[in-house]
Amino acid sequence: MTTVIIAVSVLAILALIFGAVLGFAAVRFKVEGNPIVDQINDLLPQTQCGQCGHPGCKPYAEAIAAGDKINKCPPGGESTIQALADLLGVEAEPLDAEHGAEAAGPKVAVIREDECIGCTKCIQACPVDAIIGAAKQMHTVIADECTGCDLCVEPCPVDCIDMVAIQPNTSSWYWQTPKSAVELIATDRQPANSDRSSSQDDDDPGDNSTDDDSNDNSGKGQAA
Amino acid sequence: MTHLIQLHSFDGGIHPAENKQQSTRKPVQIAPLPAELVLPLGQHIGAPADPCVSVGERVLKGQKIAEPHGFVSVALHAPTSGEIIAIEKRAIPHASGLQDLCMVIRPDGEERWIEHQSLLTELTVDDLTDIEPAKVVERIRDCGIAGMGGAGFPTSVKLTVKRDEQGSTPIDTLILNGAECEPYITADDMLMRERADEVLRGAQVLLYLLNAERCMIGIEDNKPEAIAALNEAAKSLNEEHHIDVVTIPTKYPSGGEKQLIQILTGKEVPSGGIPAQLGIVCQNVGTAAAIYRAVYHGEPLISRIATITGDATREPGNWEVLLGTPVSHLLQLAGYQPQQQPRVIMGGPMMGFALPHTELPVVKTTNCLLAPSEQEMPVNQMAMACIRCGMCTEACPAQLLPQQLYWFSRAEEYDKAEQHHLFDCIECGACSYVCPSQIPLVQYYRHAKGAIREEKAAQAKSERAKERFERRQARHERELEEKEAKRKARAEAAAQSAAAKKAAGSDDAAPAAGNASAVSADAPTTSPQLEKLQKQLTATQTAIAKTKEKLAEAQQAVAAGDEAMQTKVDAFTAALEKSQTKMKDIARDMAAEKKALKAQAAAPAGNAEGGPDKGDPNSPDRLKRKWETAQARLDTALKRLAEAKAEGLDTVETLQSGIDKQQARVDEAKAAYEAALQAEQDGSSAPDAAATEQAPAAADSAAEADSLKKKVLAQQDRLAKATERLNMAQQQGLDTVEALAKGVDKQQQKLDELQQQLASLTETAAASTAKTTEDGTV
Repeated sequence: MTTVIIAVSVLAILALIFGAVLGFAAVRFKVEGNPIVDQINDLLPQTQCGQCGHPGCKPYAEAIAAGDKINKCPPGGESTIQALADLLGVEAEPLDAEHGAEAAGPKVAVIREDECIGCTKCIQACPVDAIIGAAKQMHTVIADECTGCDLCVEPCPVDCIDMVAIQPNTSSWYWQTPKSAVELIATDRQPANSDRSSSQDDDDPGDNSTDDDSNDNSGKGQAA
Repeated sequence: MTHLIQLHSFDGGIHPAENKQQSTRKPVQIAPLPAELVLPLGQHIGAPADPCVSVGERVLKGQKIAEPHGFVSVALHAPTSGEIIAIEKRAIPHASGLQDLCMVIRPDGEERWIEHQSLLTELTVDDLTDIEPAKVVERIRDCGIAGMGGAGFPTSVKLTVKRDEQGSTPIDTLILNGAECEPYITADDMLMRERADEVLRGAQVLLYLLNAERCMIGIEDNKPEAIAALNEAAKSLNEEHHIDVVTIPTKYPSGGEKQLIQILTGKEVPSGGIPAQLGIVCQNVGTAAAIYRAVYHGEPLISRIATITGDATREPGNWEVLLGTPVSHLLQLAGYQPQQQPRVIMGGPMMGFALPHTELPVVKTTNCLLAPSEQEMPVNQMAMACIRCGMCTEACPAQLLPQQLYWFSRAEEYDKAEQHHLFDCIECGACSYVCPSQIPLVQYYRHAKGAIREEKAAQAKSERAKERFERRQARHERELEEKEAKRKARAEAAAQSAAAKKAAGSDDAAPAAGNASAVSADAPTTSPQLEKLQKQLTATQTAIAKTKEKLAEAQQAVAAGDEAMQTKVDAFTAALEKSQTKMKDIARDMAAEKKALKAQAAAPAGNAEGGPDKGDPNSPDRLKRKWETAQARLDTALKRLAEAKAEGLDTVETLQSGIDKQQARVDEAKAAYEAALQAEQDGSSAPDAAATEQAPAAADSAAEADSLKKKVLAQQDRLAKATERLNMAQQQGLDTVEALAKGVDKQQQKLDELQQQLASLTETAAASTAKTTEDGTV
């Protein structure tokens, strides 16, 4: 009987000690804010465009953390959806077309400065303060800070803002991945291709007589 | 070679066909002037230079045409005399084939030099060591010298080293890179053969600037003429003890900076680090020669030696080329014969890039133009699948795993590629060279590196956007809050001003707030003051009582018909009025005093027991004020009535009825006040009894109040009677109206007086109660 009592009391004391330690740790190392929201927010493109229906990326991150869909961010596109799916352990879904299509590339707002009337409406619309100017003075966009969110185009009363695709320059350009993707089998090779060297033409004529299906496959592989 | 130097080796490496002998048969030739020179503003790593001349300006040979922009940047100079005909975007020799800002010079053919001189003559010193190192570095920067080995890193940045007080630096070894390991290229070889003394004197300058102890010039053993020339020059300059010409085995890529350092010193540059961390600075031999020309002749970097070779040229060789010379112009010199599929490579066959066309200028980093025939260098055949043979790993001089990097780059798993040290890849192309499947491995790595850099830039930008967005949100919230606060303040101010107006309009008789606050300001001394005021008040009161008695007598006499007494009555009335105003003043002062005291007492006591609550509409104070106001109105109405009567107006009747009503209101207010006062007295009697000392005084004041109240009532009756009489007289149109009116006025005054007394008495009672409470608590 005493052994039982001792065992129970030892366990109870241990439980009390660990409970106290855990309780202290919970208070001492309390996490401020919701860490998952910050993680989601870091994955979002921070264009602050509001296309998701939330007033900025942080609010959308909060909404996702609260159970909103992850496919509402057109600027982020498929890669952002994939990253969010990986983070949250959910199935990646295709981009919700309701919120807009994925942009082809980064864009920047450009004000046609001689047409600007200085109404400051675009300045108020810009979520990142990337437009400078004053009332009745010409405005201009700080291209480096512009997220290409499109929000300044709508309010402009004289339609003098264009969204221009950013062209690569010598410092931002980088090599493209090689075109000639590796084929799985020799018969996947396409017949005469203008890109290829003349030595290609010397290939075994048997290569040219491959069936259509394999050619289609190789075409897809190259496009990807 | 005077020192015995232990040579090391690096892992991997390849031995491609050298193909150097074609271009070394002839000495370096001077390339003739082209029709146009195109000078890109960004010929070096770092920020492009800023143009400092304008279109249409005539420039001299060696004149600075663009200033360095920031620390990591160098100047640009006119390679010949002529006219600036444009500053515009032109195609530049870059792997991307993109355009960039260029300055275009049309030479005038005169080759007139701008005034230039040695730095020693300029500063009138005999020896280089008399010049501050910083000044020499500044000269090098101003002369536009950037690394001529291929990367184009601004030389002045590499030479800016920290010095302690003794002038010593963390650098102990200078390595001059004359390995020139890439096939076909012989520009450095020819330079060392023909201008060995320039290279060595450049090395002297570098040794002084870096405060390094020794210099090693690493040269591959396939350049015996260059080695001989350098040794000869070292002997003639008496520098054999400082400068070692080291022959290293030929192996690609021994000319890579990190590889050469490893060969010569056995040390490895840490991943992501720079040679300076090991106390080593590495410079190209061409750069050393350019430094010599800049320091000892004042000649900026306006030309360089370039190899033009390949089977597609009939006379391959080396030319001294002005920067900005079009590639097509040089190819003509070498007898270029376009092939079926023309291909010109800038740089060597391993690390160079194919030019999209030949209308591109030579820049500071152009060491070779290679125009191969199709047989010599067939275009890449289609890549085949990786067979995992591992040959790339054996060839890699940076000890990386090219195969793994290839898989990760292809699958766009960039984080994994980075973990496998993708950024330590020097893009030498050894792996691609050995690959039996002809996979363009380096291009995959270059793409992956670019993609990672772009991703990082995008991340940095989005981070900035996030911060800007959050700051904007915070600013908006703050603005809203400020607006709200302002609105509230305005509303409060409006309410206050409205209340003040109301108080000023309805409450003339009430004690002035300013007065009260003035008295309360010297709160500690109020008690004696209060006593003094009390004494004055009682004195005035007795005087008033006496005067009143006399007045009453006189009035009675007047009423009886004694006309002579009228003057006495007038005199008495005046005196009475005077003393009454005095009393009023005293009473007001006292009220203020008491208020201050009460406030003091209320604070410690928590609640002022028996003290009249201002917020309560039924408090005696309020009621009294109401009563007083009504009385004042009655007075004015009576006055008006008198006036009307005197002028015999028709409004007399209406005024009279108004007066009646007013009188009724006065009675009502008075009754209410008295009731409240009674209640208060009852309430305060308990604490009064408790405070033994104050009790008699309180009882006294209570008795006095009672008698006063009675008096007031009597007076009110009298007033009512007088008014009645007046009415009658008015109705009957009697002559006595005036006299009666006067009588009414007097009665009224008396009433006022009594009421005043009553008020002051009540306040005294309240004060004493408060005092009692205070005493009780203290």
